[in-house]
Amino acid sequence: MIELLIYAMLFIGITFHILGALGLHRFSDVYMRLHASTLCTTFGTIFIALSAITYAIMFSSIQLAAHSAFAVVFVMIAGATGSHAIARAAYRSGIKPIIALDDALSKVEK
Amino acid sequence: MIDLFIFFAAAIILFLAMAISILRAILGPTIADRVISVDASTTISLSAFILLAVFYKQVILIDVAIVYAMLSFGSTLYFAHYLGEKHD
Repeated sequence: MIELLIYAMLFIGITFHILGALGLHRFSDVYMRLHASTLCTTFGTIFIALSAITYAIMFSSIQLAAHSAFAVVFVMIAGATGSHAIARAAYRSGIKPIIALDDALSKVEK
Repeated sequence: MIDLFIFFAAAIILFLAMAISILRAILGPTIADRVISVDASTTISLSAFILLAVFYKQVILIDVAIVYAMLSFGSTLYFAHYLGEKHD
């Protein structure tokens, strides 16, 4: 029964990773690409690490589970921080979003 | 009993996705596109390293992946600082 859980979480993680890579390849703007890649790769890493943690607890390898948990906590912090920094830098370097109807940030920032 | 080969096959599929995301670093029009592509490919390779650590039963591969992600995070922050400052 727990094998089916491991297979399902592995499948969900791989699907999110492939969707993130395809979104990074197919979207037409910096901000849309950033949204697709950051969101999908963070969520896919969470599910793949959950599958590895479940396998490690099932075979009583606590070290593997602890290191995977630390990796996924680091990815959850670093992915959000890095994507925010890149979006702010891309806006400040002069790249405008192409299909935005009203650029509200241009009225605020000097 | 679970078959360990499924983790290896999943890692191969993840390396394929990493190749798709590297393609944006080659033909992206702006610098921000290339930085995003390198960041995404690093995150994908971290989860591929987790799967390979389960397959080979080597915990040190996860430590290697964590250090790799930390270096990529530092380089991402540096590129963001380089892009965002005013060049007057």
